[in-house]
Amino acid sequence: MNSVALPADSPGSGHAHSHAPGHGAGGPAAKRIVVAYGFWIYLISDIIMFSALFAAYAVLAPATAGGPSARQIFDPNSVAIETACLLASSFACGMASIAVGQRSMKWTQISLVITGLLGFVFLLFELREFHALVARGDGPTHSAFLSAFFTLVGCHGLHITAGLLWLGTMMAQFYAKGFRRDIQYRYMCFSLFWHTLDIIWVAIFSLVYLVGMNL
Amino acid sequence: MSVQGDIAPGYESEEGEGREGIREGVRSYLLGLALAIALTLASFAVARTHIIYGPGIPVALVALAVAQMGIHLVFFLHITTAPDNTNNVLALAFGVLIVFVLVFGTVWVMAHMNHNMVPMQDMTGIQ
Repeated sequence: MNSVALPADSPGSGHAHSHAPGHGAGGPAAKRIVVAYGFWIYLISDIIMFSALFAAYAVLAPATAGGPSARQIFDPNSVAIETACLLASSFACGMASIAVGQRSMKWTQISLVITGLLGFVFLLFELREFHALVARGDGPTHSAFLSAFFTLVGCHGLHITAGLLWLGTMMAQFYAKGFRRDIQYRYMCFSLFWHTLDIIWVAIFSLVYLVGMNL
Repeated sequence: MSVQGDIAPGYESEEGEGREGIREGVRSYLLGLALAIALTLASFAVARTHIIYGPGIPVALVALAVAQMGIHLVFFLHITTAPDNTNNVLALAFGVLIVFVLVFGTVWVMAHMNHNMVPMQDMTGIQ
């Protein structure tokens, strides 16, 4: 709370002066920034959890126990479609953020419907892939490689499922309560969550699928 | 200035951002989307190509993935160098440190353990 740069009697050095929060000179940061920071800490802990699953997968990928290897089970077209869906979904979520900033109910709801539909298509393709693997007898119980693969990719899929539920809740809240400030903070947290899931998917499609197809 | 000095900490205006914010915002997201698409296409191309030296492909894929994550962080999550973002950047830096220690530490230790383990056929001889 040292405002070194300002003389003690300067009119701007009091608590109420709110320039450049975060450098100690502007008093408490805006609530929007504090909320985003708190949620960002959660997201980073989530990323660290995923990194543990990535480490387990990296160690167990060669342990196929006579079952199929990564090269034999991955379908590049399915991965490409999933990647495109999630990237477009992330973009639609960004458009929704702009619409919320403009207090436009129509464009907020349209963007959020597109975000949710693309996320849903992603989930369908992932479930189709999982179902095909289990139906062929290559389920998570077959080998350590498949256990690690299902845990890592399935955990991301569960996050997407939770995100879709949250998305539906946000649409209902915007509809019922309007652009209240607390609702906007919730939406900001949702958009951070959704964009972070896309970042984790970038790691999955690059390091699990594309590297796996080359081993 | 004196009017702003009387505003309570954490105050935000009830009105939305100005109209000019739309163009700026959409342009930023479009730029991020274009860069992300370019890097994704590059990743898929690298994975299928035979131009690159084979063992170098995973390295190229990791580099492209890290680049795309950076693009997402800047254009979609808005992690920037702005003063009100300092704490977010520091938390991210710490997170990246932990992720690197966790992933590289695990792979390194486990590779050495695999290397030093007695092969299975020798184990049966000992028993």
